[in-house]
Amino acid sequence: MATAAHDIDHGHDDGYAHTPPFLVRWLFSTNHKDIGTLYILFAIFAGIIGSTLSGLMRWELAEPGIQVFKDNGLFGVIPILAGHQGYNVAATAHGLIMIFFMVMPAMIGGFGNWFVPIMIGAPDMAFPRMNNISFWLLVASFVLLCTSMFVDGGPGPGFGGGWTLYPPLSTTGHTGPAMDFVILSIHLAGASSILGAINFITTIFNMRAPGMTLHRMPLFVWSILVTVFLLLLSLPVLAGGITMLLTDRNFGTHFFDPANGGDPLMFQHLFWFFGHPEVYILILPGFGIVSQVVATFSKKPVFGYLAMAYAMVAIGFLGFIVWAHHMYAVGLNVDLQAYFVAATMIIAVPTGIKVFSWIATMWGGSIDFKTPMLFAVGFIFLFTIGGLTGVVLANAGIDYSLHDTYYVIAHFHYVLSMGAVFSIFAGFYYWFEKMWGVKYNEFLGNLHFWFLFVGVNTIFFPQHFLGLQGMPRRTIDYPVAFAQWNFVSSVGFAITAFGMLIWFVLLIEAAVRHRKAEANPWGEGATTLEWTLSSPPPFHQFAELPHIHAETH
Amino acid sequence: MRKLWSATGAGLAALAGAGAARAADLLGQPTPGAVDLQPAGSVLKQQAITFHNWILMPIITAIALLILVLLAICIIRFNKRANPTPARWSHNTTIELLWTGLPVLILTFIAIFSFKLLFAYAAMPTPDLTVKATGYQWYWGYAYPDQRIDEYTSNYLPEADAKAAGKPYLLGVNNAMVVPVNKTVRVLVTGADVIHDFGVPAFGLKMDAVPGRVNATWFRATQVGTYYGQCDQLCGLNHAFMPIEIKVVSQPDFDAWVASKAPPPAASSSAPAAPATPAAPAAAAPQHVALNSSTAALR
Repeated sequence: MATAAHDIDHGHDDGYAHTPPFLVRWLFSTNHKDIGTLYILFAIFAGIIGSTLSGLMRWELAEPGIQVFKDNGLFGVIPILAGHQGYNVAATAHGLIMIFFMVMPAMIGGFGNWFVPIMIGAPDMAFPRMNNISFWLLVASFVLLCTSMFVDGGPGPGFGGGWTLYPPLSTTGHTGPAMDFVILSIHLAGASSILGAINFITTIFNMRAPGMTLHRMPLFVWSILVTVFLLLLSLPVLAGGITMLLTDRNFGTHFFDPANGGDPLMFQHLFWFFGHPEVYILILPGFGIVSQVVATFSKKPVFGYLAMAYAMVAIGFLGFIVWAHHMYAVGLNVDLQAYFVAATMIIAVPTGIKVFSWIATMWGGSIDFKTPMLFAVGFIFLFTIGGLTGVVLANAGIDYSLHDTYYVIAHFHYVLSMGAVFSIFAGFYYWFEKMWGVKYNEFLGNLHFWFLFVGVNTIFFPQHFLGLQGMPRRTIDYPVAFAQWNFVSSVGFAITAFGMLIWFVLLIEAAVRHRKAEANPWGEGATTLEWTLSSPPPFHQFAELPHIHAETH
Repeated sequence: MRKLWSATGAGLAALAGAGAARAADLLGQPTPGAVDLQPAGSVLKQQAITFHNWILMPIITAIALLILVLLAICIIRFNKRANPTPARWSHNTTIELLWTGLPVLILTFIAIFSFKLLFAYAAMPTPDLTVKATGYQWYWGYAYPDQRIDEYTSNYLPEADAKAAGKPYLLGVNNAMVVPVNKTVRVLVTGADVIHDFGVPAFGLKMDAVPGRVNATWFRATQVGTYYGQCDQLCGLNHAFMPIEIKVVSQPDFDAWVASKAPPPAASSSAPAAPATPAAPAAAAPQHVALNSSTAALR
């Protein structure tokens, strides 16, 4: 990739470097690094809520019968999330929170904001104020979603129709205002993401430092560029779909009402036209992060840079033409299903290129297995497993046995809960010193990785077996034959939760010990521009733009 | 804690003896601790199992192991102690072409079998029997238009009743769907209120019950027995409590069942609305009658 040039230490001149007072700095922030920090703190907060919900579900499913979501409240004590509706609401909110308020803010809002401008040698994002409103719209959106869990949904408090929002369950099935809260929440989250996407596209296309051609950009920047294009093109479709839901619910339209000439499947097409690119939105920035981490710790340039970049472009494009593989069971025409089978399997090709190129990057390297690299290697293996079960599910004939079972849950948690989350942690540790200005404890980081690795595998690997045996997803209770693997899965959650506890200890330890950060703790392998700046970087960097020279890719 | 160990132990045993477990798997319902697809109760599922166990599983296992081995080599041979000086190369066109081309070939190979299976599902033989399955919140209704059996409802059995009836809880129902063995059964699936899904793992069936739409699927049961399934599409509060039970019986038994179910021919016109289970909320039916026209057309 590109190597930084000289002249960078002049980054902080005059009054340019002063930081504004606390409230102005954090509430009205226009600084990309501060906004990135806000996004990351927000993602951590939302992640705690989302994980708690999944913990409640795993607790419920640890054994047959109903133990947690009792009719009079959680454990029969806490008067929220009561009964079957409570379980469905928890499942719905877990999905929406993890996608819109944890993974996306962490990767795009957090790391994207922090490092895209720095990596391309720009002083800030193109539209700093728009950046600010992107963040606060997301906060408002999150407040709406959390509120929806406590207002009337129809069958009980909250919306319990799943993150996919399928009508008629989301229209006539949930007549209360909770679903309207969800719709407006997603509208705001969508607006936030679209504004963010415009900002990133403009920044990347217009604010690259002299010499920073597109083909010299670090792969993380490439990954964000592809991601925000997917956001920009797919979110308006979702916005249209949920607006139609809103008018069906409140203004007497019949877009999805079969009794009046509408079609519930129309919503599914609109939803998945957004929904499939969305899953690539969740994982592509992770590809970028892993590429940076693998190259840094192997002390070797990324293998096949151009192929890596254009594999992501190809994945992004293919992401738009495979949506109905989520709908094999709705009664699609068989030729259409055959097309979606073929198109879906093609995605395995660029994905394979990426996996093999990461390994080739490591091959011949001098690999330092620091915590970020552990997460990156864990990512490569677990994401591969998730990708391979994806190839299984791509086959409509097999999907008839596995659709909407725990096999699907296992599949997408291998790519998201292990893929996306592992890459987030890889990025978090990789840039820890850069962002927070202190060092983390390597031992605790290792411990965190191993507990998480064992934990999530224990949760999700047995779910393949449950799915093969036909256990449907989104059920509060199950036949006793599914008890064994469900119990193992719930034990896995406990291990994972303990791993996350270690992470919080690590954060506190780092804050208390306050070991001074280095500008570049990773040595010769870290070649991107952020490592030329101090840790943390000056409030405004690159007052004088760096010049980028051709170097090995 | 003991429970954890016994569960883990059972899991390991199941893993170790996956082949043995397959032989021991129960037909028509999930098997505790099993790690594979439910055994086939129909020809289609048998094909699906063959495709999954002999084409897909070997391929994905081999690729996962390959990646694991490559990563292991990197970890052992190319860690900073074993290899202090990193190489600087970052291109190799031959290998890049290889790992683009080979996956294409592998996927093409998979696709051949995949399409065969998909089109086998689509090629329904002339049906011997048509059953209309309607998903309601939260039970199923079954009707046999050709046998003039009006829709009757099929509710889940509460735990005590299921135990008394000797059926697995959350799988057993009060009124099962009954079909003859070795006959092509067409199932017309629709939903009355929200989307449900008619899923029977042993037959490899999964068909959404979408309001306003009649989806056709089929199976040909190869053995007499009881086959359980569940609603596979989130449908609200009691999604987990609307199982499917299909009794596959011999043709004479089926004929006897039909005789016991169907009203006498003379009475059929005079008393049309007398479903077997009066407990059914009749209010749900009228809205749904309109959909029957398309069923009739299909017939």
